[in-house]
Amino acid sequence: MILEGRIWKFGADVDTDAIIPARYLNQSDPKELAKHAMEDERPEFIKDVKKGDILLADKNFGCGSSREHAPLALKAAGISCIIAKSFARIFFRNSFNLGLPLLESPEASEAIKDGDRVRVDLDTGEIFNLTQRKKFSATPIPAFMQALLKDGGLIPHLRNKRKKRG
Amino acid sequence: MTITEKILAAHINKKAVSAGELIDVRIDLALANDITAPLAIQAFNEIGAKRVFHRDRVVLVPDHFTPAKDIPSAEQCKTLREFAKAQRLTYFFEVGQCGIEHVLLPEKGLVLPGEVVIGADSHTCTYGAMGAFSTGVGSTDLGAAMATGRLWLKVPESLKLIYHGRLNPWVSGKDLILYTIGDIGVDGARYHAMEFCGEAIQKLPMSGRFTMANMAIEAGGKNGIIEPDEVTLEFIKPRTKRPYKIYRSDRDAHYSDVKEYDVSKIHPQVALPHIPSNVKDVREVGKIEIDQVVIGSCTNGHLDDLRVAGRILNGRKIASSLRLIVIPATQEIYRQALKEGLIEIFISAGGAVSTPTCGPCLGGHMGVLAEGERALATTNRNFRGRMGHAGSEVYLCSPAVAAASAIRGRICHPEEVVRK
Ligand code: SF4
Repeated sequence: MILEGRIWKFGADVDTDAIIPARYLNQSDPKELAKHAMEDERPEFIKDVKKGDILLADKNFGCGSSREHAPLALKAAGISCIIAKSFARIFFRNSFNLGLPLLESPEASEAIKDGDRVRVDLDTGEIFNLTQRKKFSATPIPAFMQALLKDGGLIPHLRNKRKKRG
Repeated sequence: MTITEKILAAHINKKAVSAGELIDVRIDLALANDITAPLAIQAFNEIGAKRVFHRDRVVLVPDHFTPAKDIPSAEQCKTLREFAKAQRLTYFFEVGQCGIEHVLLPEKGLVLPGEVVIGADSHTCTYGAMGAFSTGVGSTDLGAAMATGRLWLKVPESLKLIYHGRLNPWVSGKDLILYTIGDIGVDGARYHAMEFCGEAIQKLPMSGRFTMANMAIEAGGKNGIIEPDEVTLEFIKPRTKRPYKIYRSDRDAHYSDVKEYDVSKIHPQVALPHIPSNVKDVREVGKIEIDQVVIGSCTNGHLDDLRVAGRILNGRKIASSLRLIVIPATQEIYRQALKEGLIEIFISAGGAVSTPTCGPCLGGHMGVLAEGERALATTNRNFRGRMGHAGSEVYLCSPAVAAASAIRGRICHPEEVVRK
């Protein structure tokens, strides 16, 4: 799968309270959640983000709570993929379960700038910076996670499995 | 093998597993709360599941925004209530019998040593204090687990943390874990099992052990774990008749790293904004005035925590410049605190006491901060905006430091207020 979009760059240890503050968790409608994504961290994000845009961060992205509302809000805001030096564990699981791909690439995290346009090949883990004309590679996504993404997340994946079993 | 590896191996009916292995484990308990359960129930329904894997082993605890703080929260609680009824769940804890999930479940004997527990809440790692493998997941994982009774996961590498020596006066499990997070950082144990051991841990009461395992997630850990001993068994005895199994790490178990701490060098700790690893010795934080003190949460809302706070606040008044909010973690703790005269002490000191709830810990209700306000809390996270306005600040500490600071009006060492 190939993705292309503008980069939104964030720092290290971005926590789930920053991605979606707890005060909005009294409901779980993705569209409502998306309206407040990154609100305290970077208020202009939600106004300007376009469908397909890509989020870039430093280490330990998504640390903190287990709220699936975090990847859900980013996905509903239009984010197609997140590239970071590393991800917090629960955020990592949640994102793939929702069909939101994550790529780990320390070099891309360092070199790519906010606002750059980037093309990502999820099958190979290759990241191409269209603005700087530079190539980076990410740790390839494990086969098991690839299968989740192809089905669109854990739920459709389990449904497909059930169907196959009849 | 480590204790973590042994528990996981037993839950796939194998003799051995090793770190890095991807396994599909049988779970003993699945937990969700009023924030995470609605999405989990949605996932459960979308899979096309009809019944939960076991009606005694799926537990729903409405604790975050309860008693319902607004209409949307009330709707979320209703979703839980209806699901619990339709599935005939044995354990749905209604307001009035409820409490913060991670204190409530051990209290009710719902978690035992050697079990595998997953919860759609990151602080599910708390139960490791009883020698269980427990970890937080998201709602989709939980929804699937409620249906199947299984979860795929990677066997984590283990990090061994040994605490030697004797604790200084006023130093608790909270100080040890804050110190540790300050040392290794918020991703210092990312994806790892944090195994806490050493004579200082053996001396800790269960409450202090729960506090330490609770905050494993603040170091990025997958689980925190402590081998069961006499203290653990004593805790379990009156709470359950269910059988359980005790696992211990082998002498030659493999660890990715071993860290040793001399606790006699550790003094009360404070985590400064806006990250739990920004830790300092309380005597080194300088003059920091506070607007609100919160004593409670899944980290420090135990009876022992209230007792420590009560000892310091007894016969004293809080500074007129601040608010003190005390929240017992469960109804049972609330009732016991009432019997022991602790609630009387808090109220006489000028504090507000609330029914059990997460409330202010996540900026939900019962003490949300305004712009520019500063709170000192016994909770576990101090991220920007965690307790309210993005322009507010949260400092983390033990109940002893919180109580003493409430009297002083600024962050201080308990010995400034009372001699031990
Ligand atoms: S008390 Fe705070 S950290 Fe604990 S479960 Fe509630 S919101 Fe989460």
